[in-house]
Amino acid sequence: MAIQQATAVTGRRTALQGVFGQADILQVNGIGKTFPIRDMLGRRKGGVSAVDGVSFALPKQGTLGIVGESGCGKSTLARLLMRLIEPDRGEVNYEGTNLLSLKGTAMKKARTKMQMVFQNPYSSLDPQMSVLDNVAFPLLANGAGKTQARERAHHYLDAVGLSRAHADRLPGSLSGGQRQRVAIARALILEPDIVIADEAVSALDKSVQAQVLNLFQELKRELSLSLIFISHDLHVVEYMSDEVMVMYLGRVVEKGPTARVFGAAAHPYTKALLASAPSVDIAERATAVSEEEGALKGDLPSPLNPPSGCRFRTRCPHAMARCAEEAPALRELAPGHTAACFLLVGDTPALSGTPAI
Amino acid sequence: MSIQATAAGDPQALASARREPSRAALVFAAFARRKVALAALLVLLVIVLACLLAPWVAPYDPSAGEVTDRLLKLGAPGHILGTDEQGRDILSRVLYGGRLSLLSGVLPVLLAGIIGGGLGIAAGYFGGWTNTIIMRALDIVFSFPAILLAIGISAALGPGITNIIISATVVFIPPIARIAESAVKEVRKEEFIEAARSSGAGALLIIRAHVLRNIFAKVFVFATSLIGVCLMVASGLSFLGLGVSPPTPEWGFMLNNLKQLIFINPAVTIVPGAFIFLTSLSLNLVSDALSDALELKR
Repeated sequence: MAIQQATAVTGRRTALQGVFGQADILQVNGIGKTFPIRDMLGRRKGGVSAVDGVSFALPKQGTLGIVGESGCGKSTLARLLMRLIEPDRGEVNYEGTNLLSLKGTAMKKARTKMQMVFQNPYSSLDPQMSVLDNVAFPLLANGAGKTQARERAHHYLDAVGLSRAHADRLPGSLSGGQRQRVAIARALILEPDIVIADEAVSALDKSVQAQVLNLFQELKRELSLSLIFISHDLHVVEYMSDEVMVMYLGRVVEKGPTARVFGAAAHPYTKALLASAPSVDIAERATAVSEEEGALKGDLPSPLNPPSGCRFRTRCPHAMARCAEEAPALRELAPGHTAACFLLVGDTPALSGTPAI
Repeated sequence: MSIQATAAGDPQALASARREPSRAALVFAAFARRKVALAALLVLLVIVLACLLAPWVAPYDPSAGEVTDRLLKLGAPGHILGTDEQGRDILSRVLYGGRLSLLSGVLPVLLAGIIGGGLGIAAGYFGGWTNTIIMRALDIVFSFPAILLAIGISAALGPGITNIIISATVVFIPPIARIAESAVKEVRKEEFIEAARSSGAGALLIIRAHVLRNIFAKVFVFATSLIGVCLMVASGLSFLGLGVSPPTPEWGFMLNNLKQLIFINPAVTIVPGAFIFLTSLSLNLVSDALSDALELKR
């Protein structure tokens, strides 16, 4: 019922739903960021290549999952999209306008269309502000009156399943799951079209995770949201996403429909990632271990000095001379399924049998 | 509807729906657990109230001496704290003098809190060059020993209570700014600042709504601890003759005046000093307990 009230508020969007159908709501082209490293005198002496030439499209009302190890640039990518960090290059097209070219009021307006749920529910809510005011704040920042903002905040707290009794309390007295619900309510109050969830459930217990994931699914359906779901947890991403993008050291290595990427992973990194994911199914676990890729060895190389050519080559069991010389481009293996590896040709992953080295 | 079902399935949500004590009550409860701090607060309240109400509480006129009652000892009939070399009642002078002393202890810290806090917030929030310019400039002031700087400024400006307040303010701006800056830097790292930015809030709104609230406790507690120090600095300046002019009572000045009697009437000479000490100590105890009490909830 609460949700229906919330949908009544956002009825505008539901009306649009049928018109656009499958169109992409967000198109990202070659976005990148290198953080400069400066010496004591402020001279530039190098850079950390955090995100490098990432492109993707988010279908309207679709869910894009982004996976990768910690430090692969997932969170930086989210912040680049939100312009919390200013990208060096590339463009972010939201319904035809490049967000990166917007300034001042236009940017402020566009910002409300894309909102983010942060990783740590203990840091993403102001501990000195009541739950209600935390949720109402984005509306106040966009010029709404206090009473009106609070009224709306109550709506959205209802929508995420928190009662009125929670509203006046400080976040400190809520559990992690409840806090994350508050954070979700805050992200929704500006009626965004796109919600970016950056490791939004990683800090939660498994049982609470499930509740919050289902909440995301329900809200997405009710409010016709498009979702970018960032996580290092493969199971979570598999559960949530229509499409998956796998990142390694700031670059996209594989991208495609969820079933395809999880069922017929092509890139050696994706395979290794899948093999190293814990499984509750004993039979599945046995096959995973027997797989030749096995778990990943070693650590992520430093993005301060990334490997030349293919960035995965230092940990890749199939690395060859060519991998150090040039970076493989993403090539299409099947409709919508692309991966960046020299060993992959057309629809027949060359890695399936004996390694072609 | 299904969403409400999830909420109903969350037993914690229902159990914690009860009304709980306010934050202020929690902080006071934590504070009151320290008996020493509670006693210090009581002493402080008595001193402050007695000084504020001096015209009604004080038994004598602070500047009218009785020649026959000169140099009475502690506990003399009618003059509990004795009399000075002009036969003026010390208790009355201490109470009247306390008004000026407390003012010169509190006002500089308040002013420095506003100025230093503002500078620290600007430096901490905007970072980069703003930070470098503000903090390095304050470092220059900070590099002088506090007392020496206060004496220097007071000497340059000339004697008088206003100048004492000005010089003490200058001395206390850098430490407060430094505390505020580091507190802001810490708050700025929190994700709720990023959330606020991504909702389109400007720097001023974020500072007003999020930053001030979150650094207030830290800066406030630090400032309270400075009041005691400031009281001593101001009294010290008065003691050195940079403060009030003769008939006006003031603790530091009285101490200076009475020091000549140290061999005649030692107990009486330390009375103003004892008040400075007691007030300063109580303030420190209170601020110490307050910082512990506030740190409770995070």
